[in-house]
Amino acid sequence: MAKFSDLTFKYRLFMKTYRYRSYDWSPGTTMVKPLSESRIAVVTTAALYRPDQPPFDESIKGGDVSYRMIPNDTELSSLREGHRSAAFDHAGVEKDKNLALPLDRLRELESEGVIGSVNTRHFSMMGSVTAPGRLTSETAPEVSAFLREDGVDAVLLTPV
Amino acid sequence: MCNQSVGLIQSVIEKHGIPTTSISLLREVTQKIHPPRALFVDLPLGYPLGRPHDAEMQSEILVATLRLLESDQPLPILEEYRVPEFSLS
Repeated sequence: MAKFSDLTFKYRLFMKTYRYRSYDWSPGTTMVKPLSESRIAVVTTAALYRPDQPPFDESIKGGDVSYRMIPNDTELSSLREGHRSAAFDHAGVEKDKNLALPLDRLRELESEGVIGSVNTRHFSMMGSVTAPGRLTSETAPEVSAFLREDGVDAVLLTPV
Repeated sequence: MCNQSVGLIQSVIEKHGIPTTSISLLREVTQKIHPPRALFVDLPLGYPLGRPHDAEMQSEILVATLRLLESDQPLPILEEYRVPEFSLS
């Protein structure tokens, strides 16, 4: 369904000519515990934020690389979605924030014993970053440090 | 750009020593970023876990994404989730 051909001409053209970046994560890590004993955190690029946090800034050239910390006990329906991209349908996430930040589902998986626990906090960014230099040099390392501090065993990431 | 951002953030977290897994809605983009583990889900942009308020579908995609963490395949892993016939409304 979500293929290049579905996107509007403007985005298709942009994506054809854009030089995608990558980041060397080698050699990679392996799980030290089974999933059923692991603490899971979520990082989403859906630009979700709490009403008491500032919205993401749509006017920043190259993209807003800031992040919002979302405590695990946040009422999902209270979150706002401030993503600037017109390349996707916002209606789904507006109806059900679980589509990007599946905290209700993770709590169910915790009670069923599929995962060990859900971390005390999660992180939200706005994915529409065309100049990702500071995303990889500042934002993501800061978030990584918080997740390590929390003793997170694995991280789930979701786009929109 | 969300799929690039996810792949990049994921790669940095993995480099910091925490195993990561992600959902991809655009295989072509994720193939270029090649993050450590991703599940390509053939759903429209904006619907990474499927239908709003469909707990069963959301859990199934979520568990399939998390299971990649337990795979013993060499990294990077890019698997495809078979989306059942459904409508988003």
